[in-house]
Amino acid sequence: MKTFRIGGVHPAENKLSAGKAIETLALPKQAVFPLSQHIGAPATALVKKGDAVKVGTKIAEAGGFVSAAIFSSVSGKVNKVDAIVDASGYRKPAIFIDVEGDEWEESIDRSTTLVKECNLKPEEIVAKIKDAGVVGMGGACFPTHVKLSPPPGCKAECVIINAVECEPYLTADHQLMLEKADEILVGVSILMKAVNVTKGYIGIENNKPDAIKLMTEKAAQYPNIEIVPLKVQYPQGGEKQLIDAVIRRQVPAPPAIPINVGAVVQNVGTAYAVYEAVQKNKPLFERIVTVTGKSVKNPSNFLTRMGTPMSQLIEAAGGLPEDTGKVIGGGPMMGKALLNIEVPICKGSSGVLIMNDKEAARAAENPCIRCAKCVSVCPMGLEPFLLATLSAKKDWERVEKEDVMSCIECGSCQFTCPSHRYLLDYIRLGKGTVGGIIRARNAKK
Amino acid sequence: MDLILIAVISLGAIGLISAVILYAASKKFAVYEDPRIAQVAEVLPQANCGGCGFPGCAGFAGACVKAADSGSLEGLLCPGGGASCMEKIASILGMEAVASEPKIAVVRCNGSCENRPRIAKYDGAQSCAIAHTTSGGETACTFGCLGCGDCVAACKFDAIHMNPETGLPEVDEDKCTACGACVKACPRFIIEIRPKGKNNRRMVVMCVNKDKGAIANKACKVSCIGCGKCVKVCPFEAITLENNLAYIDPAKCKSCRKCEPECPKGAIHAINFPPRKPKAEAPVADAAPKAAPAPKAEAPKAEA
Amino acid sequence: MANKLIVSLSPHVHSGDSIQKNMYGVMIALVPALLVSLFAFGLGALVVTLTSVAACVFFEWAITKFILKREACTICDGSAALTGLLLAFNLPSNLPIWIIIIGALVAIGIGKMTFGGLGCNPFNPALVGRIFLLISFPVQMTSWPTAGQWTSYLDAQTGATPLALMKQAITSGDASVLEQLPSAMSLLIGIPDSCQMGAGCLGEISAAALLLGFVYMLWKKIISWHIPVSILGTVFVFAGLMHLANPVYADPISVLFTGGLMLGAIFMATDYVTSPMTHKGMIIYGVAIGFLTVVIRNFGAYPEGMSFAIFIMNAFTPLINTYCKPKRFGEVVKK
Repeated sequence: MKTFRIGGVHPAENKLSAGKAIETLALPKQAVFPLSQHIGAPATALVKKGDAVKVGTKIAEAGGFVSAAIFSSVSGKVNKVDAIVDASGYRKPAIFIDVEGDEWEESIDRSTTLVKECNLKPEEIVAKIKDAGVVGMGGACFPTHVKLSPPPGCKAECVIINAVECEPYLTADHQLMLEKADEILVGVSILMKAVNVTKGYIGIENNKPDAIKLMTEKAAQYPNIEIVPLKVQYPQGGEKQLIDAVIRRQVPAPPAIPINVGAVVQNVGTAYAVYEAVQKNKPLFERIVTVTGKSVKNPSNFLTRMGTPMSQLIEAAGGLPEDTGKVIGGGPMMGKALLNIEVPICKGSSGVLIMNDKEAARAAENPCIRCAKCVSVCPMGLEPFLLATLSAKKDWERVEKEDVMSCIECGSCQFTCPSHRYLLDYIRLGKGTVGGIIRARNAKK
Repeated sequence: MDLILIAVISLGAIGLISAVILYAASKKFAVYEDPRIAQVAEVLPQANCGGCGFPGCAGFAGACVKAADSGSLEGLLCPGGGASCMEKIASILGMEAVASEPKIAVVRCNGSCENRPRIAKYDGAQSCAIAHTTSGGETACTFGCLGCGDCVAACKFDAIHMNPETGLPEVDEDKCTACGACVKACPRFIIEIRPKGKNNRRMVVMCVNKDKGAIANKACKVSCIGCGKCVKVCPFEAITLENNLAYIDPAKCKSCRKCEPECPKGAIHAINFPPRKPKAEAPVADAAPKAAPAPKAEAPKAEA
Repeated sequence: MANKLIVSLSPHVHSGDSIQKNMYGVMIALVPALLVSLFAFGLGALVVTLTSVAACVFFEWAITKFILKREACTICDGSAALTGLLLAFNLPSNLPIWIIIIGALVAIGIGKMTFGGLGCNPFNPALVGRIFLLISFPVQMTSWPTAGQWTSYLDAQTGATPLALMKQAITSGDASVLEQLPSAMSLLIGIPDSCQMGAGCLGEISAAALLLGFVYMLWKKIISWHIPVSILGTVFVFAGLMHLANPVYADPISVLFTGGLMLGAIFMATDYVTSPMTHKGMIIYGVAIGFLTVVIRNFGAYPEGMSFAIFIMNAFTPLINTYCKPKRFGEVVKK
């Protein structure tokens, strides 16, 4: 069984909501759309107070090339454009829409029939994806059209679909594959067409045997798409790790990107969103969100309109448990702990994880015993203990020399540290500071 | 006898050869350094705080000598040593010291545990820089002090300490040299280097919250809500309101104290002023009937 | 909401590994060897082990509390007890209690706490204690009781060890001395009481018991294979070459199973704090230890070279860490 070649850990999977059919969540009373839901420049609002919008109306346009448009997921009136505490814990500008009815834009094809044929040219496909505001649905939210436009001198050789879902607890992608396999495969072939390649891979970890079986059966009609079962290993869902696992190529250190080894990696959720955008004219305004946790009464997968507050999802899954200690947007390895549960669902919200107070508290830090376990699990071949120490000492020059920018912040080092050291806290600080120094240096040049 | 002779000769020879090598090396690799640099460096505090803007005390000494050669010491100040140190440097270099205003670091946040209710619990490394990236902090105020003490760690003069009761750092006025290390360490730019003021008395807005009034009001008892009352009352146009936050320009402020009672939230502090005379207290209560207890409670702290 | 939510950076889950688990894991791995030594030396082994462990834990507690004046109590993490156990394994079973206590004080006090406690020491504390005792009390430290004396402690009969025989063969240049060595099989399982031979330190009797511990630690992922295998491999190859060149040097299999080699390779050299952090570094470290051990055994003044070899390489560990970087992602495959 294939997997990536350096490091890796295997956290307890805890896929509590696996096999739960996707439920459609009721509309919220008010939907909130933060203008910065993706990597890159924030979107600029197109609507103002009092404007009427429909489901699928563009309410904010991309603020640059690396940016994405935002579409309303509800119909109603714009209440205000104001700030809301988003997943980062800070107040960011957002559009508030009061929901009235459920009226869709007419251009959207709401039928469920599978549309296989796509006669568009590659650039038309990319334009359509861009117009639908599609971003990476795995959590990083990198605008998809940017990834589909290789920089000059680079040629894509294959499309790799990330259906790994290596984060414990989360099952959104798994369930999506079980229910929308045909649509995903069409989406993948559209993506392949967009970057003009003839080979597509879908990497699935073998803790989802039902999805592997179903996808393999369906993919028989698509000779160019191969389903690749992978050994369960975190962080296989990392772009670079997945490329290594599937086609045995390693992306060199930054600033190199996957396209430098000829790979375009997209999340399976993105493939579905691409299908809907291109074949059904449906912009990205809803997604599957897993609500889970050991104390949650009814862990579920919800089809959720964006802008719905997380509290509504938690309510639908049986309410916030008494012993809640931490609410995490995303999975337990890379998700963000939230300040409050009114944070709206955004394009990258793959899950809401509720941890009880016992699980949530970190253990006290002990001195480093130099056991080197962090070194052996680091999937990027770095020395986390060293990076953390140097960052704490603010020796940014050496932090940079030790390749801190290669860190993918997967958290394997801190997960495995027997001394419970806050390795990634410090490494992130170092990466952030060094990133700033490098940008300043490049700006000077 | 022979043995002693051999020892003396051989050791003597080794010593002689080494001396020749050392002499040759010291000639060959000699670097000329202006002797005044060492003299200047001697009177500097040698804390290498970097507050002067040069890499360490040696760097500053070099800059002083260079500046003296080009005619003026203007713009050079060792914040650690202060005016007396600059006078000594000037006398070494045969120049006249340029007087500069003494300054001090001011922590512009009064969101103590009592004033600013905690809504979450931060669990992570004891570092403001990291806490700042984690989320908005433990309170609803995303601008205020995080309380992990990065400024305390950055201070080389032992002049800033956390007060465990308030959870806020406090500047020791006698020790602070206004080197600015704490300013750089604070990820939220709460600390500001301000002129010490006449008789050490100064007016400061003790808040950096830029949220709208209602949100700032809810987050903290003593936040600036951007109401603008202080701007109106100031006779010297020293107070400006930007992004829902008032700022007192120390260059224009004449310390008339008119703004202090005007602030409905008690966010404006008059530091090191004598307590107001009893008759002055009536208008305080009148001006801000609801918030009256807050400034009263703050007053003794501000004096301390 | 009743509770305040906790905010922290990811990851929000932990493997559950801890210092205690690792330390107690090593101790469990030492149990087979401890049982064998109890079986061989009886009362003596018991007294030495208990004294050493108790003294190490006591000194750690006393130094933390009264000299460093730290609040946190570190004796529960098991590192002091492990040092005590390893120190005991490096001592002969007839060593007087007062010498053991001095050894424990040096191991914990000088070897570990002077540098700031767990994680900061450049040398393996148990080795510091052992080497200090070996140099300070050479007579007591090199008289080895024979196995099978269950009830004797200070009064135990002593005899020459296989290592001493090997040294004798080299110094006299007479290879026939080596014929008195026990068979490789008995060296592996444990020196039987039938051969009237000094069995060595507590932990040195049975290579098989130590190997059992090695397998346990590998299974529990407490250590990786790199250091022990590279040490043992190097010793085997180098000693084999020496044996082929001149038969006064003992055959490599006997060399592997005698003295503290197994104990050192599996338990002393693999100490987390004092060994290199990367696999490449571990192999360099292991090869150098193996080489130095054979050099000291064959050409040095002492019959045993393991502890000195590890000690020397401990000193090189920071240097190895600086120059041996792990293979970064992306360096492996040049497209």
